[in-house]
Amino acid sequence: MKPAPFDYFTPATLDEALALLAEHGADAKPLAGGQSLIPAMNFRLARPAALVDLNRVGELSYIRSERDGRGGGATAIGAMTRQRAVERSELVARAAPLLAEAMPSIAHPQIRNRGTVGGSIAHADPSAELPAVMLALEARFRARSATGERSVPASEFFKGLLETALQPGELLVEIAVPPLLPRSGTAFLELARRHGDYALVGVAAVVTLDARGRCTAARITFLSVGDGPVLATEAGKTLAGQALSEELLRAAADAAATRDVDPPSDIHASAAYRRQLVAVLTRRALARAFERAEGNPS
Amino acid sequence: MDPHANVEVTVNGVRHRRAVEPRLLLSDFLRHELGLTGTHVGCEHGVCGACTVLLDGDAVRSCLMFAVQADGHDVTTVEGLSDGSGETLHPLQAAFREAHGLQCGFCTPGVLMTLVPFLREHPDPDERQIREALSGNLCRCTGYQNIVAAVRLACGAPSSPRA
Repeated sequence: MKPAPFDYFTPATLDEALALLAEHGADAKPLAGGQSLIPAMNFRLARPAALVDLNRVGELSYIRSERDGRGGGATAIGAMTRQRAVERSELVARAAPLLAEAMPSIAHPQIRNRGTVGGSIAHADPSAELPAVMLALEARFRARSATGERSVPASEFFKGLLETALQPGELLVEIAVPPLLPRSGTAFLELARRHGDYALVGVAAVVTLDARGRCTAARITFLSVGDGPVLATEAGKTLAGQALSEELLRAAADAAATRDVDPPSDIHASAAYRRQLVAVLTRRALARAFERAEGNPS
Repeated sequence: MDPHANVEVTVNGVRHRRAVEPRLLLSDFLRHELGLTGTHVGCEHGVCGACTVLLDGDAVRSCLMFAVQADGHDVTTVEGLSDGSGETLHPLQAAFREAHGLQCGFCTPGVLMTLVPFLREHPDPDERQIREALSGNLCRCTGYQNIVAAVRLACGAPSSPRA
């Protein structure tokens, strides 16, 4: 099918874009990479009266290190930065290895060449990688409207199925990924039927150890097991204060699979199979994250 | 509001200018406005890969872009791979013919346009890399074996016994 007609705007600056979104209110949709919105429009699942195309707003496309005076700062990513640019960024590979590791799992190169970081996060698809990764990394999202700006932590941003804290007229403009603490390790794993397909289950893990190798903090998040990215708080508690052992990994994986997630059944996988995958992938991801944390003393 | 917008786009080295509705997909623009029917339209939701073209050298789904978004950009379609006369095939096309890398041919333009930038970055890919690169292109004749063989042939690698 083909999209229904719409009014089309191509602002050249962020201020112009925000003014257009304010003017058209709920009738207007911002168009980022279009890799989710355009298929929805092709099938007329979405029929926005107006599109505000952000692809000419060059100021929203960047990856840079923010120096905050206290050593290495956050990595700031403009919302319109293409996923492919993040995948290829040396800065991201160095400062946010979890993000770098997850990027190749996002659909196919043809999609990542157009798809944007901000677009995927604002779309908040429960099977998307970036929301889960950003929740694990405790990223902060800068949202702007014609009347102001605010910063929303990832933990308060994802509200449910395709729903976020963004208000009408508000645009996600920047994602700030904080630096990892010393002795931290991360890992991303997902299982899909074919490379690039939607994951049946995906997991992102961040663990921080003390000088004696005990876990001081652990954040484990999942995709494709709920109506948004899911933070595994029970598994995190299991790990607190503990040193790595096979029993510990099994206990954390068991807590994640039985207490942290309530996965759906669909044509791709049953809930029971997804639970099983949560357990297996959690154990593997944690083992990898611990190993990387131990090899990362600075 | 005027329902038409101007788009000026260079396709296979030739500049075109049209006034089109903003909702016109790039895939339909190429086929219906420019008559370049080598770009095929399959699923229209970014799954099958048949409509893959190069936008400023990068592979993209032309069904997931509006034609007006290509304004000022450079597009290459499968017609741009050969010399235009149809006499001289691109080496990858020649390898596909040689290795029987197609049956019905519907998916082939998208497969080729996916592989051209892939091979630019990975001139000597292993079989796993080739299969991963092809994961965004569906072939319903189940011809993947010979597609992989064609890519290996294009790279000058001997065909593996399984391919």
